[in-house]
Amino acid sequence: MEQLMQTLKVQIIEALNLRHLKPEDIKDDEPLFVEGVGLDSIDALELIVLLQQHYGVKVEDPSQGPQIFRSVKSMAEYIENNKKPQSA
Amino acid sequence: MMKYFVNGFCRINNRKVTVNDILIYEDHQSSFYDFLLKIYPLGEIYPKYYKMDNLSKAGVIASELLLQNENPNQKYKPEDIAVVLSNHSSSLDTDLRYQKSTEKIPSPALFVYTLPNIVIGEICIRNKFKGENAFFIHEAFNPEYMVKYVDLLLQNNQTEACLSGWVEVLGENHDVFLYLVEKKKSDYSFNHSMEDLLKKYNNY
Repeated sequence: MEQLMQTLKVQIIEALNLRHLKPEDIKDDEPLFVEGVGLDSIDALELIVLLQQHYGVKVEDPSQGPQIFRSVKSMAEYIENNKKPQSA
Repeated sequence: MMKYFVNGFCRINNRKVTVNDILIYEDHQSSFYDFLLKIYPLGEIYPKYYKMDNLSKAGVIASELLLQNENPNQKYKPEDIAVVLSNHSSSLDTDLRYQKSTEKIPSPALFVYTLPNIVIGEICIRNKFKGENAFFIHEAFNPEYMVKYVDLLLQNNQTEACLSGWVEVLGENHDVFLYLVEKKKSDYSFNHSMEDLLKKYNNY
């Protein structure tokens, strides 16, 4: 989980062009939207793409968005709970 | 016929930044992307800058540097400040990046920049301008057309000031010439005429 959150921070900075931030600037439980990191609605779409592209995880229910993308920690938990098992 | 004045300009080309005839930055080593990030600290801190495409970055940083000493929003109502820009390649620089992203999953962050007038929106949001705006596509910087159009806006009393000019970006090629047109002269002024604009554009 710790490793996943670190990787997510790097991927978020890369995907959203947040060149002014370092991974350590984003706290695990800090809000990603409005306050905290200050992301917007377009960034939310980009995060949906990120989950699908890197982890094969889809956001099936849009109403879950605010909960899933609340913080890096909540994103990591969603990935852990929804990623497909590795085939043998 | 009323005469209007250019009360400041910013020129960015060949990895050089010139404001009101003064060279303020030069870097011939960096890629254009890195160059845009390096010149950013010359202006005021604005985190959204990092997320913009190169065309919007170029327009926004030129407007920041041009307006940092005296912003028209301190003198006029937001509705009276216009932005009229032009270029050759429209938003092709980002269109091509977006097209490449569609090979995997289309990028929403790139998609929102696939129109040239988005740079006007970014400048207006940043400076709270709410006046007339237009973006023209021309073969090359066309001062004759731009002067006529901006003069018309100022004559109709719809506009007190207009940020105008040329913002061309395609790959590593960049050619930016932004200037502020007003009805009255300021400390730094030249005539808002085809001849004077072309002279400044070609000088830098």
